[in-house]
Amino acid sequence: MFDILIIGAGITGSMLARDLSRYKLKVAVIDKENDVGNVTSSANSAIIHSGYDPIPGSLKAKLNVLGNPMFDQICDELDVKIQRIGSLTVALEDEQLPLLKELESRSKENGVNVRLIDSIELKKIEPNISNEAKGALLAESAGIIDPFNLVIHLMENAVDNGVQLFLDEEVISISNKNDVFFVKTNKHEYQSKIVINAAGCNADKIAKMVDEIDWKMIPRKGEYFVFDHFLPKLVNHVIFPLPSIKGKGILVAPTTSGNFLMGPSSEEILDANDVSTDLPTLSNIKEQACALVPIAKQKFNQMIRVFAGVRPTTTRHDFIIESSNKYKNFINVAGIESPGLVSSPAISNYVIDNLISKLIDLEINPSFNPFIKKYHHLSSMNEKDRNDLIKKDPDFGTIICSCEKVSLGEIKETLSRSVPPRTVKGVKRRVRAGFGLCQGGFCSPSVTLILAKHYNVSPLEIKWDKDGSEILLNKVKEIE
Amino acid sequence: MTDVDLLIIGGGSAGMAAAIEAFNHGVKNILIVEKDKQLGGILNQCIHNGFGLTEFKEELTGPEYLSRFENQVETLGIKYLLNTLVLDVSKEKVVTLSNKSGITLLKARAIIFAVGCYERNAGAIQLPGDRPSGIITAGTAQKYLNIHGYLAGKKIVILGSGDIGLIMARRMTLEGAKVLCVSEIMPYSNGLNRNIAQCLNDYNIPLYLSHTVSKVIGKSRVEKVILSKVDENRNIIPNTEMEFDCDTLILSVGLVPYNSLLENMGCLMSSTKGPCVNENMMTNIPGVFACGNCLHVHDVVDFVTDEGRNAGIGASKFLLETFNETNSLKISPKNGISYVIPQYLDKNCNEKVTFKFRVRQPIKNAYVVIKSGDKEILKIFKPVLIPSEMVMIKVDAEKLNDLTEDILITLEGKDE
Repeated sequence: MFDILIIGAGITGSMLARDLSRYKLKVAVIDKENDVGNVTSSANSAIIHSGYDPIPGSLKAKLNVLGNPMFDQICDELDVKIQRIGSLTVALEDEQLPLLKELESRSKENGVNVRLIDSIELKKIEPNISNEAKGALLAESAGIIDPFNLVIHLMENAVDNGVQLFLDEEVISISNKNDVFFVKTNKHEYQSKIVINAAGCNADKIAKMVDEIDWKMIPRKGEYFVFDHFLPKLVNHVIFPLPSIKGKGILVAPTTSGNFLMGPSSEEILDANDVSTDLPTLSNIKEQACALVPIAKQKFNQMIRVFAGVRPTTTRHDFIIESSNKYKNFINVAGIESPGLVSSPAISNYVIDNLISKLIDLEINPSFNPFIKKYHHLSSMNEKDRNDLIKKDPDFGTIICSCEKVSLGEIKETLSRSVPPRTVKGVKRRVRAGFGLCQGGFCSPSVTLILAKHYNVSPLEIKWDKDGSEILLNKVKEIE
Repeated sequence: MTDVDLLIIGGGSAGMAAAIEAFNHGVKNILIVEKDKQLGGILNQCIHNGFGLTEFKEELTGPEYLSRFENQVETLGIKYLLNTLVLDVSKEKVVTLSNKSGITLLKARAIIFAVGCYERNAGAIQLPGDRPSGIITAGTAQKYLNIHGYLAGKKIVILGSGDIGLIMARRMTLEGAKVLCVSEIMPYSNGLNRNIAQCLNDYNIPLYLSHTVSKVIGKSRVEKVILSKVDENRNIIPNTEMEFDCDTLILSVGLVPYNSLLENMGCLMSSTKGPCVNENMMTNIPGVFACGNCLHVHDVVDFVTDEGRNAGIGASKFLLETFNETNSLKISPKNGISYVIPQYLDKNCNEKVTFKFRVRQPIKNAYVVIKSGDKEILKIFKPVLIPSEMVMIKVDAEKLNDLTEDILITLEGKDE
């Protein structure tokens, strides 16, 4: 019997898992995917928003502003890349200037430090911004983060501190007897005193397994372009247009690995698993983003990937963090769309302080260690340290991914950790092998073979991503 | 820091030819750096034949072709490092290498880049639809099959009629896979005619010209590929969909010179995505040369070898002779010609200069004209020119020595 069972190993579930491991509790996390943070948490803008935009008084506003400053410590403890580069919300027409003013006062109401800057200062700090730009709202606390390793390292730390993680298990039913939940998956049945529903786009389905809900999931897809890393930078800040009813609009931003992102679109979809892309949407993104940063138009020969993510938008249009009406010990944490990533540490605190603490005794876990063992980041090491490392372990000298210069040693290191990758995409998200110009054209066969060797299985069993996504179908001369 | 006279990055067909030629021209302190576990580059996985027709007047497989050069490298005692990647090259030609023994810094007096190219992939072409497993570039599928012994697909649609796509259509068919069709967005094939005949026609694999993938469907693995017809501007024409149930989409949608190192050095780049070079294959950075598919993508390996030799001779001139740097003339493509190599001409040239170029689209009965200002240097009639076949025209040095104005290479109609 678990004290707390979390359904969903995205950013919300992983943050909660780690924070709950600070206490003497028996905690488990279940996810239907074969990796943590594999759906919404891995396909977003990777922005630590300042909090200038959410409607004052909303949970989104409150938790965004509380969450933002918490990331410096989290990223330090968990060896996650973060850069506080600031965001610029740009007015391209004179008529938009009053809206910027409005945003400025909204920011102040939310408790966010912002500053209006004129077009001259804007051009100085962001040389590639459109000459049409009339001014901008600068929020210096905004930043960018590595969203993949954030979730992975949160869960690694949680597991290192005693949390049990069950991947590849889909919840099919939940029942309650004598105040204990029986959570049945396609593989096992688990018992838990408290259940937290952090199931992202499937939170409605999970919630309905125990009680009626008065909200609906209306998943919204966002498509993106990814550009290779190049210098001089396309942009120095996160560049937003003025927000609209559909969200913060199409942004242009650097990533912590020096790439650039452009997107997202915003389209209501029926199937939350639909992460397809289409040419009309992409060309609309291109047009809007290039209105902000015209030079981007010339960089499309360095565009390396398109992708789409799905936001778990609900009809409430705010975070839903509450116990179900029927069971106080069933907690829904739903509708965690943007700014969900930045809010996640505050969401976790909110759940623990306002809900969990009233359900169970929280006794400090004295052996909790907030730090994970640091990873070797070859790209940021000097020659001497790198040489010393290769002398100790020659695998750090063998480069597998020549685009991103990822070594065999780094791949083996991530395979040795407590939340290791099982798939080629899992390796890619952790160490960036296959993230570059050739998109794994050269290194994916090597990565496939490394995984097969590590797990002692045939390469035929190695998947790109989800179940059924095996890369190879036959050995030669084996088709009947 | 160790010094080396000539460092060659890449031990494929371009790099080996460059090394051998430089050695034969008197450069003895040469080092080839190869990232793979053997010399030969991509030829190792090209087990089909058709290589060497120009070079050896016989049809060899890729491994046979490369072994002839590998043997020469061994015989001459040219040094090479395998499993070694070049991490960085500075403008001062200090090269940072990584391999099992550590990080090594080398100072080179001259460098030849012969790093080859990479395949354009799904992201770069904004492939519409889902992104499941089973979308793979032709070269990667070829590596899985010919090097590792695994098939990446059983029921296959191929997008792009480039040579690797055509070769893989036949190769996968021979291994028992079913290739449903090859789709080509252009109204003509981008592969060599012999490959269309030998790889598609001989196996009854249909080729749909002016067709592209309008949607990929599949949650975990490719389930369906939808092809649509495109108009002359390559826009999809609605209601022309053809649906194919398949498990794999092989992409053969172009090769791109792989040049991040050169770009980082501040090398002047051309529209081919390779560096701009002069007739000695030297870039705008003195002593830095490029050849093979990292300069421009070739269709025949024999021509890569030839270009490698050119770079080897260029580097030996740079190292052993006084290499007078003169104000080069610029060579530009015009009117239906998509690019020309070299892009610059050193006026002191004393040998024949080979102009290599491709046309933008197929053209019949045209004159290729090379001019400097108003002065016509050369005019050659060509009955057929197609984009998939690189054209080479050799021009005598004496025709180029006294030129003072930039050079244009252009196409003119028969009547002009």
